Amino acid sequence: MSSVTEKQPAKINAPAAETVDSGQAPLPDKPLVVIEPSRGRIPVNLKDLWNYRDLLYILAMRDIKVRYKQTLLGAAWAIIQPLFTMLIFWLIFGRLAGMPSDGVPYPIFAFAGLIPWTFFSNAVNASGNSLVGSSNLITKVYFPRMIIPLASVASGLLDFAISFVVLLGLMMYYRVGVSVNLLMVPVLIVLTSLLAVGIGMWMSALNVKYRDIRYALPFLIQLGLFATPIIYPASIIPEKWRPLYALNPLTGQIEAYRSAFFGREFDWFSLGVSVLVTFGILVYAAVAFKKMERSFADLV
Amino acid sequence: MKPIIHVENLSKRYTIGAKAEPYSTLRESLVSAVRKPIDRMRRNGPKAADSQFWALSDVSFDVTPGEVVGIIGRNGAGKSTLLKILSRITEPTNGKVELYGRVGSLLEVGTGFHPELTGRENIFLNGAILGMHREEIAKKFDEIVDFAEIEEFLDTPVKRYSSGMYMRLAFAVAANLEPEVLIVDEVLAVGDAEFQKKCLGKMRDVSQHGRTVLFVSHNIKAIQQLCDVCILLESGKLIAQGATPGVVQQYVRQQPTDQEQRSPSKVRILDIRIMDDNGAETNLISFDRALVVEVNCVVSETLLKPAVDIAFYRGETRLFALQSDKLLMPSNVTPGNWTVTFEIQPTQLVAEELCMDVGIREEGEGYSVLIEDAKKIMPDYSTVPAEALVDCLIYPRASCSAKMEATVNV
Repeated sequence: MSSVTEKQPAKINAPAAETVDSGQAPLPDKPLVVIEPSRGRIPVNLKDLWNYRDLLYILAMRDIKVRYKQTLLGAAWAIIQPLFTMLIFWLIFGRLAGMPSDGVPYPIFAFAGLIPWTFFSNAVNASGNSLVGSSNLITKVYFPRMIIPLASVASGLLDFAISFVVLLGLMMYYRVGVSVNLLMVPVLIVLTSLLAVGIGMWMSALNVKYRDIRYALPFLIQLGLFATPIIYPASIIPEKWRPLYALNPLTGQIEAYRSAFFGREFDWFSLGVSVLVTFGILVYAAVAFKKMERSFADLV
Repeated sequence: MKPIIHVENLSKRYTIGAKAEPYSTLRESLVSAVRKPIDRMRRNGPKAADSQFWALSDVSFDVTPGEVVGIIGRNGAGKSTLLKILSRITEPTNGKVELYGRVGSLLEVGTGFHPELTGRENIFLNGAILGMHREEIAKKFDEIVDFAEIEEFLDTPVKRYSSGMYMRLAFAVAANLEPEVLIVDEVLAVGDAEFQKKCLGKMRDVSQHGRTVLFVSHNIKAIQQLCDVCILLESGKLIAQGATPGVVQQYVRQQPTDQEQRSPSKVRILDIRIMDDNGAETNLISFDRALVVEVNCVVSETLLKPAVDIAFYRGETRLFALQSDKLLMPSNVTPGNWTVTFEIQPTQLVAEELCMDVGIREEGEGYSVLIEDAKKIMPDYSTVPAEALVDCLIYPRASCSAKMEATVNV
């Protein structure tokens, strides 16, 4: 064939033989991809998602690298944010209002709740705006769209980890000992991440169609801070309202973080409810996302 | 041979008009949810279909492996929509596509480049976005950097790059993709001439390695140089496919038919023909053969010393114009058929695409008929000598001599 003869004077550094092979390999009998108008419910293509794991990693790394570029304090911001919020909470709620803190010094009590909350709220906010912010990608290249909100959540994990180290330092300062309960933390991180992915993914898809989300989201997140036991312990909620309160999936999780850090008994009921609600949200969000996904490129 | 891409009755509908707001707000949705049933009652049925627009309708074709396919058509013909469906960015409304190979699409160079990141980081980012794995990019890294010629700026944020460097880097990553099918849209519209040449070369390379390329461009020169076969789209429909020269001819022949009648029609242009010196009709002009333009009119009332003007434009620039009354003594023309023929000596034209305006006027009057963009012509690149393929419109016959005299030492 002509392509073989013309290959001779080709550049030496090009792995020509290999490319010729790949180009002229026999075609598969069944098409690799069939593009058709989708109807009804579209399943989440996990294999496709897995194939693009490198993109997820690189996008998350991009977000991390870019976040503190051209800032004076750099990654210190990851600590400053929750630390100062904690100080303010301590002053107002701990000292002035005398908020109970389940026998733990109020600063670390608040900090243990603020870390997952900061991660969660940043992640939801970032992923909620992620699709609209990536319109240049969405209209130009194919890849599983879910990667974008996923990467936004993943990029927050590093800050999350850094603040945990700070919390451990604070606990040493206040001479609060650790227990085996600490082993639950990785499980909880996965759970909080999944919740953030679910809500973030859902919001990001809605945001493509309804730009109201951009304005509603920060407001909802602010409300969430008060509907979750962060500045106050769950124990101050009257017993009869607890089951309802536990429907907020973050309730069980934040309390569980405290149990893990301060060696207290886990509240398995509220944690169980949280797991159920988290997975419910995740599945619902994935289905909703897939349904809206087909029109992203035309709407964004 | 079995196709690598099989496209069957592909259609894509967009909704335009009042409802085609790029995005909506919740309030609008709520309002329309309430209003819709009322509207429906009032109007008895859904809104007329005039707000819908078929960007593609019923397009079918096959591409065999190793082919380089050009997709041509005017703006809005549906080329980009077709590419977007093939690269899975948007969904078709009807029909289907079967892909038997990995597809890499390049609808824009530098997709996803982040200005704050360095060249090195952007290579990995862009590669991953285009579907490469990290090891794959690492393996190709040196080749990419080589091609882009940016070694010393690898660790500089790309926001400090010149636009040329930026483009080079972006194309380098994309060109080193190794999918079985490469989809390219207009990338060659950017960069300087030198760089465009390099890109074309790279694309030819790619096709010679047995890979399939789908290439959309307005640059007919590039299409002719690169593509074996072409597909011609017009308002969403596939109107021609086959070997490049034939389809390009047809593309060039597509012409707006509106004749601008200035005065009550004493004269009407029936036909305009462009021929080579053998009288064969063509739109491709030979580099070194004469060109014949024939304007055929019907005259219904006597014209007083009329003249036919033809003018050739490239974009807004008038390359040259000819007036029949300057070349030939005008005389009155009585009703009947009137044909004016221009014979133009070899033009040595290299200009990509020229449009010809034709006008008819009577002595001392404005144009009574004027057709803008009546015809399009372009050079037949197979007759253009290689040395003339520089970035210019005309390559005149020229010779060169040199003389050497001994220097006189003072």
